[in-house]
Formats: sequence, C-alpha cells, structure tokens
Amino acid sequence: MIKMRTPQALVAQRQKMRDSMDPRRRRIRVCDGTGCRALGSRRVLDRLCETLREAGLSGEIEVVPTGCPGFCELGPLVSIDPQNIAYNMVSVDDVPVLVAKTIAQGEIIDGLVFVDPVTGQPIIHEGELPFYAKQMRRVLELNGQIDPSRIEDYIAHDGYAALSKALYEMTPEEVIHGVKASGLRGRGGAGFNTGAKWRFCRDAPGEVKYIICNADEGDPGAFMDRSILEGNPHCVLEGMIIGAYAIGATQGYVYIRNEYPLAVQNLKIALEQAHEYGLLGESILGSGLGFDIEIRVGSGAFVCGEETALMASIQGEIGEPRPRPPYPAQSGLWGRPTNINNVKTWANVPLIVRNGPDWFASVGTENSKGTMIFSLVGKISNTGLVEVPMGISLRELIYDVGGGMPVGKEFKAAQIGGPSGGCIPKEHLNVPIDYESVTALGAIMGSGGLVVCDEDTCMVDLARYFLNFTQEESCGKCVPCRVGTRAMLETLERICAGQGRDGDIEYLIELGEEVKRSSLCALGGTAPNPVLTTIRYFREEYEAHIYERRCPAKVCKGLITYHVVAELCTGCMICARNCPAGAVYGEKGQPHVIDLSLCTRCGLCKSLCNFDAIVVR
Amino acid sequence: MVDFEPTKLAEALAKGQGEDSLMAVLEEIQTQYRYLPQDAMILVSERLGLPLSQVYSVATFYHAFSLVPRGEHTIHVCTGTACHVRGAVQVLNRLQTRLGVGPGGTTADRQFTLETVNCLGCCALGPVVVLDGDYQGRMTPKMVDRLLKRATTQLGEQP
Repeated sequence: MIKMRTPQALVAQRQKMRDSMDPRRRRIRVCDGTGCRALGSRRVLDRLCETLREAGLSGEIEVVPTGCPGFCELGPLVSIDPQNIAYNMVSVDDVPVLVAKTIAQGEIIDGLVFVDPVTGQPIIHEGELPFYAKQMRRVLELNGQIDPSRIEDYIAHDGYAALSKALYEMTPEEVIHGVKASGLRGRGGAGFNTGAKWRFCRDAPGEVKYIICNADEGDPGAFMDRSILEGNPHCVLEGMIIGAYAIGATQGYVYIRNEYPLAVQNLKIALEQAHEYGLLGESILGSGLGFDIEIRVGSGAFVCGEETALMASIQGEIGEPRPRPPYPAQSGLWGRPTNINNVKTWANVPLIVRNGPDWFASVGTENSKGTMIFSLVGKISNTGLVEVPMGISLRELIYDVGGGMPVGKEFKAAQIGGPSGGCIPKEHLNVPIDYESVTALGAIMGSGGLVVCDEDTCMVDLARYFLNFTQEESCGKCVPCRVGTRAMLETLERICAGQGRDGDIEYLIELGEEVKRSSLCALGGTAPNPVLTTIRYFREEYEAHIYERRCPAKVCKGLITYHVVAELCTGCMICARNCPAGAVYGEKGQPHVIDLSLCTRCGLCKSLCNFDAIVVR
Repeated sequence: MVDFEPTKLAEALAKGQGEDSLMAVLEEIQTQYRYLPQDAMILVSERLGLPLSQVYSVATFYHAFSLVPRGEHTIHVCTGTACHVRGAVQVLNRLQTRLGVGPGGTTADRQFTLETVNCLGCCALGPVVVLDGDYQGRMTPKMVDRLLKRATTQLGEQP
C-alpha cells in the first residue's frame, strides 16, 4: 500500500480501482449487517463461496459482503449483478439452487423474489421494489453496494474526492460557509445548523481543538447510525477529516456503543486503511493537515449520548452531564474547544462538499434541507432502514415506503424520536416530516427512530415503557430528572396495574411540564414527552384505565384476564405443563381451565397454545 | 470461573495510562474476568494514581461492568421498543423461569448470566436474544427451550 501524497495520487488510485472493476462484472452481494447476520446471512455467504468453488465458478463471480441495504424485514438479502436481481429471505438450503439456476443459467427463482402484496406480481429487480421507490438514498447510497471492509470500493465510488477538494480547492472558511449555506442541521435530534456550530468552534480561542462523532445511538428502536458505520464507515471518516480541516482540530474521537460490535469492527478496519493510504495521520494527502481519529467504546449508559456526558465518558469519568454554558465549542473535551456531531451529520458532509450546498438544499422544506434517515420498526410491513427527502408526509413514509400495516391491522400512532420523542396519531398522518412540523405536534425529530403502533399497542403502556427506560437511564445528578421521572413512572405503573386515581392525568401533566423545564440535560428535558403526547392524543385510553379499569388494547396485566375457549382446547396440556404459576389445570384430552386467582398474566400459555384456544379479555 | 491472576491484570494496565484510560482498563479487566474483582480495582486505583472511590464510581455507573462474577455464557434479551411491542417480555419470562434467575442474575452453577439490553438495533427481527454474541431473531417462548438445549448440548451438561 502506498501513502497518497497528492490529490493526483488519489485520482490515479481511483482510476486504477475503477479499471479493475468492470461495471458488467458478475457479482453476488450478500447483506452482512447485524440484521441479516441474525437471520443467518453469514452461513449463506459461506455456503455461496463453497458452492461456487465446487461449481468451478469462483474465478468468474465475486461474492461481496455488504452493509445493510435497509430491507431488514426480508433478510437475508442477496443481490445478483449485473442483472440487479433481488432475492430475499435466502436460506442456506436455497444456495445450491441459486447457483445452479440463476448463476449458471440466468434463470429467476420464483420463490426468492419479492411479491408485491398489492398486485401479487413478482418484482425481480432491486431498483423496482416499492420499498425503494419513494426513497432518496444519498447517505445510504453505497450501503449494500460496497464491501465496507475495502477502502478501495469507497474510493472507486468517488470516496475521499470531497476531502481532496476541500484540502486543495477550498479554504476552511469556504468549507464552513458551504456547510452553513447547505442548511444541514444536526441529525442527532437537536437540529442546530451544522455550519454555524462549526463556526463557533473554529472561532473559539485555543491551539488544540477536538471533534467528536457521536455514535452512542441509545434510542431503543433506532439503528441508523449502526447501519452507516457497519455499511459505509469511510463516509463518516471523510466527513470528520473535512470537519477537522474546517474547524482546525487535530484529534477526533468516535464514541460508539459497545452493543454494536460489528460497527466497531468495521470502523477499526476503516481507520487502519485510511492510515495506510495517507488519509489520516500526518500531512493528509500531502496537504500538511495532521489529524487522527480514535475510537472510544461506550460501556452501556444511555445518558452518554448527551454531549457533555459523552465528553466526560471519553475523559474516563462517569457519564454525568454538566450545565451549559459553557458549550463544548468554548470548553469541551479536557477544557478545549470541541465540536460534536452525530454520525449522519458527518456522513452528509462529503456529499455537500462534493456536490455543493445548492445540490443538498434542492431537497427538503424551507427550514429542513436534505434527506432524513429513519428506522421503521414496530407494527409495520416493511421494517427497515429508509432515507427519504425532508418534507415527505408521515403517510407516504408509513404506507408507501413502509408498506403500511400488516394485514388486518389498523394504524394508531407513530412514535418518533424514541424515549425523548412523542407520538403522532392518525389524524396527523399528513404532517410533513420536518423539524418544525414534528415539534409542533409535541414529538421531536430525534435521530430517526420511528415505531409504528397499531390497535394492539396500549399507549399508556408505551408511555410507561419509555419512562421506565429513561428512569433507569437517568444518571441521578439532578433532582427533577431523578425524582420527577420516578414519581411519574410510579403513577403510570399504578394506572397500568388498575389502581389509577382521579387526578392522575392532571398530576402527570403538571409534573411532566416541570421535569421538562427544570432538568439539567436533554434526557430529563425530553423524558416526559412520550407521556405528555400520549395524554394529548389518547387521553381516552388513560381514562379507560383509570375510570373504567379497562385496557382497550388488552395489554396491561392488571386489567386483563386469560381464558380458555373450551371449544378450541384439545387438552394437549402444553399450557398446564408450562404455566410458571401452576394456574392452568385440566385432564388430558379435556378442555383446561385457568385459575384467575393464581394466574400472573404472563401470557406464556397463549404464546405456547397451538390451537389459539386462549383469549384475553 | 477464571481465578484472579495479577499477571493478566498487568497486561491490561500496560495498555492504558493516565486518567482517560480508566474505562479502557476496566473494560479489559471485565473482558478477561467477566467481572471486576475487588483486588483488581484496588490495583487499578494504585497504578493509575486515582482515588479508589473514583474507580468504584465508574465501575458502578456503567452497565457493562459487573462487581460480581458472571456466568460462562451470557444471554442478552433485547428489550428495545420494537422487541417490546413484539413480545420480548414473554421471551424474558420464559428465560427467567427456565434459568431461575432474573435480569442481571447468574445461575448457581455459574453457567448462565441473564441480561437485558436496551436495543441491539436489529429491530426487524424482534424479539432478539443474543447467546454469547450469536444473534437469534424472531424469538418465541417456545424457541427459548431449544436455545437453552443447544447451549447446554454444546456444553455437554444440563443447566
């Protein structure tokens, strides 16, 4: 490997790599992200290589492990080029047929292609899948296309061209001006103008400055940052190096969750390769810019996603936030000016520098430019990772991209922004997704987690779930968050247990507003949001719990009972044998009965029953 | 369980220096011993020149650290939002019943430690359970039995 010492060297490298990659070459892309791995994609990958070798085809066909293309619902995903055939839910057993038919004879296997649920027609090509049709994949463009462990792939796809342009054709001032003019706002959730933030840090006095990439993606139900770091780590590194040049930083850190081992691994590989090519370290691309990046792996504390807590954690202290000001731009890591951005924010930077601010701003609404990446999860047909233009309506996002609700289910609400966010109900489905509109409805844009709820989701239970999360993750430093969230949680637990009292709703609102107002950091400052928005839009559910002692979604344990439908019960005894409370009795072959005084409402009998003979009332 | 070996600790300590390496050192010890032995924390405090109270506060703040010995195998149940709405609680209940320990607990024979994790980011596959780094998607209470059986067969003993 030769260190590249001039922009021309980079261009030459790119040309060399492109020459070695025939666009008509035959290759099989297999998603190697955490999602597909959990479904067995590693075994598919190994079997594929083995089968191709046995068939004597390994020389002709390249097998590429890629990052997540996003359609997690149908994993393991396998794509075949140059035809662009998209196979989904591929198992190890499908591999021999895939090689014998599709690879050797060019035949399409019906059972492996996507079938449009509306038309019933098979869709063969990746680009024609409705899941991708309304997406605008800018940041995620290369996810699923390139091998994340090969910097060569990234360079061949114009990787590090933006860095070269920034270093040799632009002043730091011009880079900042461009980022500012593009209208890029922080994708971590707060939505502050990125260029303006960089400006503060650049202008702050001090010789030593730091930049940080916040990859402590702790929101349950969100995996955007994980997928980018797994599938295309170099785009984040490139963004950070450009940022270092613009801000005048000499050292960068990526603070990443330890729950994301594959992302850490791919990031480490990317850092090593960037060093080998002279894209990190001393005099990057021969420009004289010296900059390096270190990885810091978090140790499982949600609050470390908050910038001041994150910096404390990097310094080896406990991750407690501190009051701001001073802001990190004045006094951050070890008291030096520091700029922190989210993974997605950094990943947008090379695109802006390469294509110009106008290109970036050509998409979006007046105050929210560019695209937004969401992880669509919960009760939705197409669970996965999507990138859509800002301003798309919630309806389009859920129904056109997300494929709507599973058969027979009705949309109830979308929970946006995780434990810091709120829910948007059916009547606001047409809301355009941008920072201001979402905030006006009481939710927050957040970093992109979107959980879809249907009529089987109890909104009181959901609020309790999120508050339980934030309560556990509260660092305990400030009283409003430590005590306030606990008091709110206790009230919600009481309501869910069927012991709600008159005045509980008003108490939750009053306390929630106070916790929001007086907490030290954003964790406490946003923790009441899920409670407040569910009360705002689903007050009748709270009232049903409190005044009618009824959980309309049949979720809350204290308000439901399990019963055996005698006509359906075959007396197989599976429920009786497995009931942890010994609450089910009956003779073999005879309908069973549940003793409600012993039943703990764990639901195990219902999930084990093979005859749907157990119902909830 | 691995006995406490100061030589291994010395290796861990050699990798880090100064206050900002405290977490890295503790992570290394946690990885090697699967918990933070008290003697190790005292040694870390002496070597890094930090008050023991500071070492202890970091050790108890982060979920990744444990002050009690952990099992040979760790089972993580994801309780993230997507897993929650898809029935992670039932899966967790089943594991608790089968192992006889709650989240954070270790079986008496030190074979299994049961943990919950807030989100692993493979939400399409919920409920997700991870056995020693091996992800299992779309878990059901029924599958718990198979998972434990497989784990114990690999071990060659009963839980």
